[in-house]
Amino acid sequence: MALIDLANPTRFLSFARPAIPIAGVIAAGLLAVGIYLAFFVAPEDYQQGATVRILYIHVPSAWLGMACYVVMTLSALGTLVWKHPLADVSQKAAAPIGAAFTLLCLVTGALWGRPMWGTYWVWDARLTSTLVLLLIYLGLIALWRTVEDPGRAGRAAAVLTLVGAVNIPIIKFSVDWWNTLHQPTSVIRLGGPTIHSSILTPLLIMAVGATLMFVALHLAAMRNEILRRRVRTLRILAAQRGATA
Amino acid sequence: MTALIALVVRDLRLAVRVGGGAFVGVLFFLAVVVVMPFAIGPDLNLLRRIGPAILWVGALLASLLALDRLFAQDQEDGTLDLLLTARTPLELVAAAKGLAHWIATGLPLVLAAPVLSLLLNLEPLAIGAVVLTLLVGTPALTFIGLVGAALAVTLRRGGLLVAVLILPLSIPILIFGISASNAAVTGGLPFGAPFTILCALSLGSLVLGPIAAGAAIRAGLD
Repeated sequence: MALIDLANPTRFLSFARPAIPIAGVIAAGLLAVGIYLAFFVAPEDYQQGATVRILYIHVPSAWLGMACYVVMTLSALGTLVWKHPLADVSQKAAAPIGAAFTLLCLVTGALWGRPMWGTYWVWDARLTSTLVLLLIYLGLIALWRTVEDPGRAGRAAAVLTLVGAVNIPIIKFSVDWWNTLHQPTSVIRLGGPTIHSSILTPLLIMAVGATLMFVALHLAAMRNEILRRRVRTLRILAAQRGATA
Repeated sequence: MTALIALVVRDLRLAVRVGGGAFVGVLFFLAVVVVMPFAIGPDLNLLRRIGPAILWVGALLASLLALDRLFAQDQEDGTLDLLLTARTPLELVAAAKGLAHWIATGLPLVLAAPVLSLLLNLEPLAIGAVVLTLLVGTPALTFIGLVGAALAVTLRRGGLLVAVLILPLSIPILIFGISASNAAVTGGLPFGAPFTILCALSLGSLVLGPIAAGAAIRAGLD
């Protein structure tokens, strides 16, 4: 099934009906296995002790915080360039999920930073750019709520999403460009990961589980948004009928 | 081309003659700089060290404050509809309006900066650095703000929201503007690298700002 086949909201709903529980169940299974491995099987770090286990929540939420913005950027292109009818639905549905993952990443990072670096917060390049990402998410959510007409709000938010996309490469490469407190890239890098497989395997399982959780949440939020718009249209029609009668 | 020049001239005339837009911005800049020593304390050595940062934050806030009327006024009196139906591409119209807005509100801030830096006890070299970075950096603030101003047309009473939306995007300009001027104040660190990045940010926003603003206006008005 191509992406264009889902342009019809009804067809999308019939696709989402089985897809949401399937993705959700697989996500729950993977996360359960991942959490078991992370907390009971994976070894403690010889320097950081048990606090290293925060990694298994922190890193997937950081990845998804950014991935969610990438999804929104593609949706924004879909809204402005291809006028895909569900693109702005996808964009609106993704913003709160991305904000939640980014917040989770910042909070777990702060909790991890306290014992490791001796402080909850430093004005390090990666931390700061992630905070900016959260601000952009919150601004976009506020923009969605300010404009009443969903189509118009979608196009305005799409423009802002594309402008804000500049921040994503800044976050990704911040640890390479500015050599500050946050550790450099260790999983996705040239020459393979620098993490031992006993830690890497549960991390990847958690990452895949969290991604599927994102897929399930995103599809469910999109379904809610489509239904909400239908209710809105019905209400407007009813009001118009009431006005003419 | 003549249409664009006419537009720039018209906007400049309006800025000078109606409500003294440029002077209000400079006045606000002055107010921010004056408030800082009250908040931080009148220690002249401390003020000299953080002076460039104060000036940059003041300029950023003043240029944000001036933004929301950029397109809103034209929309209220119907000029924007005429501009939309004209043959000139909307992106160029946005660029011309951004240019006029920078001359009317950004340039006065740059010119006021040397006077205000005397209040903050800056040395001549530091004054030169701050003025130079503001001269290069304020166009970037204006042209990124252009996107916000265009979104303000879409929003009813979105003035505060526009500032919230635009502020995160202007952080890189602030970072490189201040690090370049700090390099001139403290010495040691190179001035050229952050200054060049600041120039690049300005040039990039000069291209991207009008395109995004044009898209935002089209999205908001149909």
